[in-house]
Amino acid sequence: MADKIDENMLEYISILAKLELEGEEKEQARSDMKKMLDHVDKLNELDTDGVEPLVQVINMQNVFREDNVTNGDDRNAMLKNAPAKKNGQYMVPKTF
Amino acid sequence: MSLMKYTAIELGKMIASGEISAVEAAGDCLEAIRKNEPDINAFVTVCDEQSVLKKAEEVQKKINSGELLSPIAGVPVAIKDNMCTADILTTCSSRILSNFIPPYTATAVECLESAGAVIVGKTNMDEFAMGSTTETSFYGATKNPHDKTRVPGGSSGGSAAAVAAGEVTFALGSDTGGSIRQPASHCGVVGIKPTYGTVSRYGLVAYGSSLDQIGPIAKDVSDCAAILEIISSYDTKDSTSFKRDDTDFTTALKNDVNGLKIGIPGDYFGTGLDSEVKKALLDAADVLKSRGAELEYFDLSLTEFAVPAYYIIASAEASSNLSRFDGVKYGYRTGEYENLHQMYKKTRSEGFGTEVKRRIMLGSFVLSSGYYDAYYLKALKAKNLIKQAFDKAFGKYDLIIGPVSPSTAPELGTSLDDPVKMYLGDIYTVAANLIGLPAISVPCGRDSKGLPVGMMLTGKCFDEKTVIRAAYTYEQETQI
Repeated sequence: MADKIDENMLEYISILAKLELEGEEKEQARSDMKKMLDHVDKLNELDTDGVEPLVQVINMQNVFREDNVTNGDDRNAMLKNAPAKKNGQYMVPKTF
Repeated sequence: MSLMKYTAIELGKMIASGEISAVEAAGDCLEAIRKNEPDINAFVTVCDEQSVLKKAEEVQKKINSGELLSPIAGVPVAIKDNMCTADILTTCSSRILSNFIPPYTATAVECLESAGAVIVGKTNMDEFAMGSTTETSFYGATKNPHDKTRVPGGSSGGSAAAVAAGEVTFALGSDTGGSIRQPASHCGVVGIKPTYGTVSRYGLVAYGSSLDQIGPIAKDVSDCAAILEIISSYDTKDSTSFKRDDTDFTTALKNDVNGLKIGIPGDYFGTGLDSEVKKALLDAADVLKSRGAELEYFDLSLTEFAVPAYYIIASAEASSNLSRFDGVKYGYRTGEYENLHQMYKKTRSEGFGTEVKRRIMLGSFVLSSGYYDAYYLKALKAKNLIKQAFDKAFGKYDLIIGPVSPSTAPELGTSLDDPVKMYLGDIYTVAANLIGLPAISVPCGRDSKGLPVGMMLTGKCFDEKTVIRAAYTYEQETQI
């Protein structure tokens, strides 16, 4: 199982997870993932042929409603928590 | 004696009768917190004294005018720090939310406030509810009030410890894989996780959306039933909220288990379960039997697959839910960065702790193209089989009795090194989350070290009442 999480795979997962791991932390993450995957591989012992994947359990149906706006203009309240803002907008580094 | 030694309902009655005021209760609560916090560290945030007392005064006015009649009007409460509270810091015990002050309040907390409960603070937890010991908190570990060298359990460890230490009479917790029941068990208090969909998740910072439920942690079963009744609601802001007209849980507080069929899964009582915990549980089962319940051993099966299925599903959902923490809209943002992607990565790498990163990585992997079928889909199929096993059991039994945790509270600093070992501690609790079942943890004695043991009673979906009735009967029969 350990072979699944090689250097390239760890790099790929870091991109998906938007995490940057370096040095010791990277090695630790690799070893932890190996342990966790070895453990969850236990599921391979379970015969699931013909079994449907179960997503939700209490027989809910889709709930439809009219698409009416009910909340007011919370712009200032929302922006209060922004790490950086400008002219009533969130500010982020240049994207291009 | 501190007023916090009473149950929430007892305190509510004293306030309603005018014996004490809501302001006195709030003041007494803050005093108890001041006294105990240096030893316990159950809180991330204790609310400002003036604002708490002012709130209590407002509530008292409504009680005086007859506007507020709820059984918890004026009673102080602590809220787990993953529930949004307007104008009160809400951190999820994470660095990444260490400066987050929500502009709105979670529905469950609003329900409590409408009933006149007074929020005194936000309790410590495992970071983003990921952990079983409250040691993964950015704000340091919480100590178990029964033995301060031990953990209180987790992830709602702050809520359970605050109740057990007499800092508050009750608190709210959340349960994704046992996070209400296990700390309640380790701290010798009562905690109930209701059926999925019963309490609104609006304003609960999501970990595993298909698993998360909010519930009360309190000193006895009566308090839990009353509080659950208050926080249950149908909420259009939570698309998985379920419309129920049977949430009058206090009507189930009856000392009567005559004829109740209770199954004991033999697979829960084999190797891996501490012998003293086992004895306490079997003694507790005997109490229910002596009151007329019919007990029978049976083979639940598939128990060893619950933890692997759970950790795949929970991690997958976590990796998706936690993608919102990117340093743009709220929370921590890294100091130096050259471009957007580096800002995302550095913010998240600096903002999340080790356990959270572990689960985001695992979740990203099991959902990634090429592994989705082998892991995530496989786990959903296993979940179906586990549900079938429980459906079969509940075809025969009204309740299932089992342990909450394989052992009593472990020592501080002994759990985090081996993640898999820690995850296996959740073996008895995760199934209820996977398939949405209601389950309660009730204290059922102590081991030879004096540490509390909890008994778990699990019921059919939407049948909290039978769970509450059996737990109440046990409690009444064993009261000294």
